[in-house]
Amino acid sequence: MGVGIEVVNLNAWYAANHTLQDINLNIPANHATALIGPSGCGKSTFVRCLNRMHETNPIARVTGTVRIGDLDIYKDAKPVEIRRRVGMVFQRPNPFPTMSIYDNVAAGLKLNGYRNRRLLDEIVEQSLKDSALWDEVKDDLKKKSGASLSGGQQQRLCIARALAVDPEVLLMDEPASALDPVSTSKIEDLIFELKSQYTIVIVTHNMQQAARVAEKTGFFLNGRMVEFDSTHKIFTNPSDKRTEDYITGRFG
Amino acid sequence: MRTATDGLATGLAVLSTVLVVAPLVAIFVYLIYKGASSLSLAFFTQVPKPEGETGGGMANAIVGSAVLLGLASLIGVPIGISGGIFLAEFGRGTKLANAVRFTADVLNGVPSIVMGIAVYSLIVYQQKHFSAFSGGVALGIMMIPTVTRTTEEMLLMVPHAVREAALALGVPNWRSVLSITVKTASPGIITGCMLAFARVAGETAPLIFTALGNSNWSVNLNEPIAALPLQIYTYAISPYDDLHRLAWAGALVLIVLIVAAVSLVRYVTSRGVLKGAS
Amino acid sequence: MPEISNSQAPVQPEPSPPDGQQPAGAAAAEGSAIRQFLLLRGNSAIADRGFHWLMVLCALSIFGIVALIATELVVRSHLAWSQFGLGFFFKAFIDPYSKLPMYWDPVNGHFSALPFVYGTLVSSFLALLLAVPLAIGLAVFLTEMCPRMLRAPLAFVTELLAAIPSVIYGLWAVFVLVPLLREHVNPWLIKLLGWTGLFNDDNPTGLGFVSAGVILAIMILPIISSLTREVMNAVPGSQREAVLALGATRWEMIRMGVLRNARIGIVGAVILGLGRALGETMAVTMVIGNTPQIQRSLLASGSSMASVIANEYAEASGDLHLSALTEIGLALFIVTIIVNALARLLVWAVTRGAPAQVH
Repeated sequence: MGVGIEVVNLNAWYAANHTLQDINLNIPANHATALIGPSGCGKSTFVRCLNRMHETNPIARVTGTVRIGDLDIYKDAKPVEIRRRVGMVFQRPNPFPTMSIYDNVAAGLKLNGYRNRRLLDEIVEQSLKDSALWDEVKDDLKKKSGASLSGGQQQRLCIARALAVDPEVLLMDEPASALDPVSTSKIEDLIFELKSQYTIVIVTHNMQQAARVAEKTGFFLNGRMVEFDSTHKIFTNPSDKRTEDYITGRFG
Repeated sequence: MRTATDGLATGLAVLSTVLVVAPLVAIFVYLIYKGASSLSLAFFTQVPKPEGETGGGMANAIVGSAVLLGLASLIGVPIGISGGIFLAEFGRGTKLANAVRFTADVLNGVPSIVMGIAVYSLIVYQQKHFSAFSGGVALGIMMIPTVTRTTEEMLLMVPHAVREAALALGVPNWRSVLSITVKTASPGIITGCMLAFARVAGETAPLIFTALGNSNWSVNLNEPIAALPLQIYTYAISPYDDLHRLAWAGALVLIVLIVAAVSLVRYVTSRGVLKGAS
Repeated sequence: MPEISNSQAPVQPEPSPPDGQQPAGAAAAEGSAIRQFLLLRGNSAIADRGFHWLMVLCALSIFGIVALIATELVVRSHLAWSQFGLGFFFKAFIDPYSKLPMYWDPVNGHFSALPFVYGTLVSSFLALLLAVPLAIGLAVFLTEMCPRMLRAPLAFVTELLAAIPSVIYGLWAVFVLVPLLREHVNPWLIKLLGWTGLFNDDNPTGLGFVSAGVILAIMILPIISSLTREVMNAVPGSQREAVLALGATRWEMIRMGVLRNARIGIVGAVILGLGRALGETMAVTMVIGNTPQIQRSLLASGSSMASVIANEYAEASGDLHLSALTEIGLALFIVTIIVNALARLLVWAVTRGAPAQVH
């Protein structure tokens, strides 16, 4: 089961560049929330602040509060602990190139010291089923490397890898932007399936995608969150002029 | 006039290429011709005969080189790889990393005989005797800068996305570095180590007054030990034809090892096995 | 490890062994066992920090090595330094009876490094004289003219040349190069250039500065050539096009568009080659003749700084002899450090920021 996310006064910088300014929002549990906006608006930086990946860059800095469930992630825990509870799928599929499909999915557990082989087998199978990849790869789980799959399959493998550690939240940073339309629609179907079990935050530059998969949508512009509301409202009757300009294609 | 100059320049460039390739070809042809005709089973199984007698082999030198190189790798490989990990994973862009990188490059250019003096002074002079141990230390120290730099280069070829993937799973950093980044780059790192290994395998100067050489069997780290390049040197400047033949055979063995390592490195780096998924 | 409360997820006390067939809800229950496991894994902060510092320590060992070499050499050469001072490298002793200069006499305790400095300089500059034009020619050929097909094999060949051990070059030089020079090249040099006094017919062995210079040239060619290639590749293609657009021939394009822009880096490459030549030991020791003398003739035998160390260190007759040899080593160390640092800086100045272009 997923948990909600509460963000209070979040600010982020890259060196002197103030990339996120005073972000406040509540992301509901077990729903998909989409973040849209022109490129460079800070939406990717925002999701990277939710699992403390932002700070892996030495020039990056964050202030503010992020609560995942009732855990204040910048106060009460270390990054590794957060990241085990908040899975992430990146823009470009990034399976571990030297590992088999099986090891890719099991990586999060194995590298954290999980040793129970029988349970691992089950978890790998379940995760691959949950990411709709099982039928395509079940025959060469340990034979093929993760890098030998097609782009769309690789991305679903990365989703399986993130699911295997059973996170509470799943962050997706433009997960379909590097994929063809067929793979994209598979990923969207998957998001639809998964959101009953996980809290999903998806960054996208594709407004139709946001409209298709998400209950809530936030619009980012120049490092600020302009509007956050139900997807339906954002796309039909936005309160802010800038949101309207963006969704009607007047800029961006 | 201008086209004539152009033609002349082209001709000179081609000529210099020929002049560069010619000695290499000459060295290889001669090595294979002389070395192959001198190689025999005895070369690999027997120790040198007393001076003046014919026959004998370099078994002790081959084993001696193996001992020295084993010891050198034990010192040079772990320290070198760790240094490379620092440069690529922790120090990227820092002043310390730049200083380390620069010093490693400069250290690579320090003559190996100077390394020999330093180790002589540090170990042989204190212990009052030559030893295999001191020779291994000298070679090991020489491996460190090369291994450090190649490891760094190989690690930098690992896509950043792979590191991010591991960190985003909540894998501790040390685990992510060792099990993901280093493992992904391992073909390159291994061949880099082999390259450093091959380089020191041919080193003679730092061994002359550390390992010293030995015409008998010895694998004792506390005693002088024979080494292939040392033996080649001694035999090459000796007056006996028979020893010259052994020197050629030894040189062939050494060069085969080195060419294999260099080719492997080139294969691994050109094939781009490290490029990975993205 | 901080306790992390996790109220939303149903927590199970034990990882439940699920039976083969799982109902849909079991995945969630099973998942919480995994969450439970991961919660107990700790944050590895100590392991991470330890790992980090271990890597730093190993990287710092590079400085340690330099410091180690420096201190050992300084300590061990102190005796000779205090005895002879800086004059060690410049002054000769004048024999009181024959009035001839004496340089290196371990038996009587006279030590002057002058003939070795001379030998090192002469052989290294001979090597540069031969190697630099060839290396630049090769680099020009490889980057600007070579058919694509030949480029990789030729680059590989130069790489191989760089990997051959010094002792094998020496072996080849002793049995192939020196006889060749002695029989076919030296007589010709004597006939044509004997009048300069640089080529005297008084050394029948063929071992000497010329032989050392030629083998050194072959040995430093690859490094000069590959670095020259690197800096030439770093010259932006727009420079080439700009010159070509003015109607230049290919050679004019190379000279004005490429070589001119790369010249600082090429100087760096040459200096790096010089650094290699100065410290090269085995091949030189095997062909230079190893006599501590200073002769005008380039065909005469001599000795270099590295070769005298290789020859005498293991059998040095007493502390002063050892100390004098160590001081020569220290000089070699300092000179090669300076030369290499200078060369690297020059090459970096050109290639930095400009990634090598792939043609």
